[in-house]
Amino acid sequence: MSKQQAAKRPVEIMIAQFGSTADLMTAAKKMREGGYEKYDCHSPFPIHGMDKAMGLRRSPLGYIVGLCGTCGLLFMIWLTWYASAYDYPLVISGKPLFSWQAYVPVFFAITVLASAFGAFLGMLAINRLPRPNHPLFNSDRFCTFSDDGFFVSVENDDPQYDPQKVRAYLESIGGKNVEIVTE
Amino acid sequence: MSTSSENLSAKVDPPEIFYPGNPSYHDVSDVISRIVETPFGKGWYILFSISFALTLMLFGILAYLFWEGIGIWGLNIPIAWGWAIVNFVWWVGIGHAGTLISAILFLLRQRWRTSSNRFAEAMTLFAVICALMFPGIHVGRVWAVYWVFPIPNQMGVWPNFRSPLLWDAFAVGTYFMCSLLFWYTGLIPDLATIRDRAKTRFRKIMLGIFALGWRGGNRQWKHYELAYLVLAGISTPLVLSVHSIVSTDFATSILPGWHTTIFPPYFVAGAIYSGFAMVMTLSVLARTAFKLEDIITLKTLERMNKIMLVTGMMVGYAYSTEFFVAWYGGNGFEKFTFLNRAFGPYAWAYWIMISCNVILPQIFWFKKLRTSIPVMFVASIFINVGMWFERFVIVVTSLSRDFLPSSWDYYSPTRYDIGIFIGSFGLFFTLFLLFIRFVPMVAMSEVKNVLPQANPHTHASPEAEVVNE
Repeated sequence: MSKQQAAKRPVEIMIAQFGSTADLMTAAKKMREGGYEKYDCHSPFPIHGMDKAMGLRRSPLGYIVGLCGTCGLLFMIWLTWYASAYDYPLVISGKPLFSWQAYVPVFFAITVLASAFGAFLGMLAINRLPRPNHPLFNSDRFCTFSDDGFFVSVENDDPQYDPQKVRAYLESIGGKNVEIVTE
Repeated sequence: MSTSSENLSAKVDPPEIFYPGNPSYHDVSDVISRIVETPFGKGWYILFSISFALTLMLFGILAYLFWEGIGIWGLNIPIAWGWAIVNFVWWVGIGHAGTLISAILFLLRQRWRTSSNRFAEAMTLFAVICALMFPGIHVGRVWAVYWVFPIPNQMGVWPNFRSPLLWDAFAVGTYFMCSLLFWYTGLIPDLATIRDRAKTRFRKIMLGIFALGWRGGNRQWKHYELAYLVLAGISTPLVLSVHSIVSTDFATSILPGWHTTIFPPYFVAGAIYSGFAMVMTLSVLARTAFKLEDIITLKTLERMNKIMLVTGMMVGYAYSTEFFVAWYGGNGFEKFTFLNRAFGPYAWAYWIMISCNVILPQIFWFKKLRTSIPVMFVASIFINVGMWFERFVIVVTSLSRDFLPSSWDYYSPTRYDIGIFIGSFGLFFTLFLLFIRFVPMVAMSEVKNVLPQANPHTHASPEAEVVNE
């Protein structure tokens, strides 16, 4: 094996199917106990309590949204000041130039808008989406995840990855139809 | 001991059954996805042709309007706001129920909403598109409509951020974008479902693009769920703020009948009321046409009728408060305006409004009537008519008779006013029919999530037994 090949090993993912949300939850706990890191549990809908079972930390998305909303608010405060009090000062019905009370609806709207974009684009960015092509889609069986299938997938960049060992482990925790998908 | 175990089990509420047929996950995918996967019958094409013809009529009238100017409408001075503003407020209001169902009911964990939130949200989007059109064309010189945006320009002039009309542009624009993002976020897992069911190459590629490569891993769901929660959280104040800001278009003026502090809550209650009426109309149609009785259940419809009863009472309360304040406030102009509403030249519109909005929804006190599909369908249409007349009464009666009798006038729409309003229905239904043709109209992943077998703590489902193949 040349150096280049070793550095860029083709992606190989082992998947196993489970019967129900409860089975998948147990499997997630066992995977964590088994010391696996690069695994994921796929389901047609989010399963309550799964984050805890997999030992995942809270999503950082809230901070991204907060940051985006704050930036939107600060930008709008600056813009209303710049437009109404600095660049083209215009006295309207005797109000002060920077009559911020009247700008609150605009501040609010832009804060919300910036937060919404932060939530949507931030979620896509953290999840590395859009990614229309992925090795997992090469398995027809895996593609039932969006219908009624529950799967655990283990990637070959997991430090413990060894096809025989992983297969045996997945089967020992109740996984069925174990298969390997490649690029 | 048996008693202690009974006590224990009594503490845990049994999971509520939302879908009485007790469908499996696959049943849910199948029933919903099949709608967009099989060719539609004649009915869809007939409805689509009618809607699309009306949309073309709308575009034709708009072209004539742009050429000729808004003089083709029935506006005069003092009545410079006519049907266009009435329609704008009406359409924006309709959108509010969609956001209420998708955001507020989500935060309140009202899990029955799962069957109707998707198309209520779609309704919001299309209603807001129709709404945004009206102020856009009302400016007359549509090529200058970009002046509402704070864009640096050669004139060196900025928009006036103190103006409620500008607040409106920001509020409704934000509302549209947030609703779109929220709707699309909810759609991603369902687009993945129909992508994975796709048979033809074309569908695989198109849905592959729109599903963004969703893989349903819990490491993705974790961020997805938070994004959905955040979007619900920030859409919740929008339900209250957007129509409040729309109401300031009126309330910040000094016209009798408009210059009141009751307007923001009164407009919001009316918006939710009319929006639920429209959701009801569409739900009943979709449910009957696509045989979704097990998904959009009678129980869900009954709950919506109860919400309509409540918001209808709020609207009725606001009407009476307005009258009380007109009398109690001791302002002669205010008093005259309200007597003029009820007994003046527009009394017919006022009494249509009262009958449809206040008297009619009282039928929902009776369980028999609020669980009857034909009754609720007809009632929902009457409520929408009534809510349109509410905006008509507010806009037109106040303008037609203000402080000086010498400037009083009567307003009647022209055929172009009527044509544009009918055309906006064409646009709305064209978009809606395209939506039910191409997009799963019920949120499948959310419906699956509230099935009893989805709860990993109480239920290990026998149906989900996987056999080694």
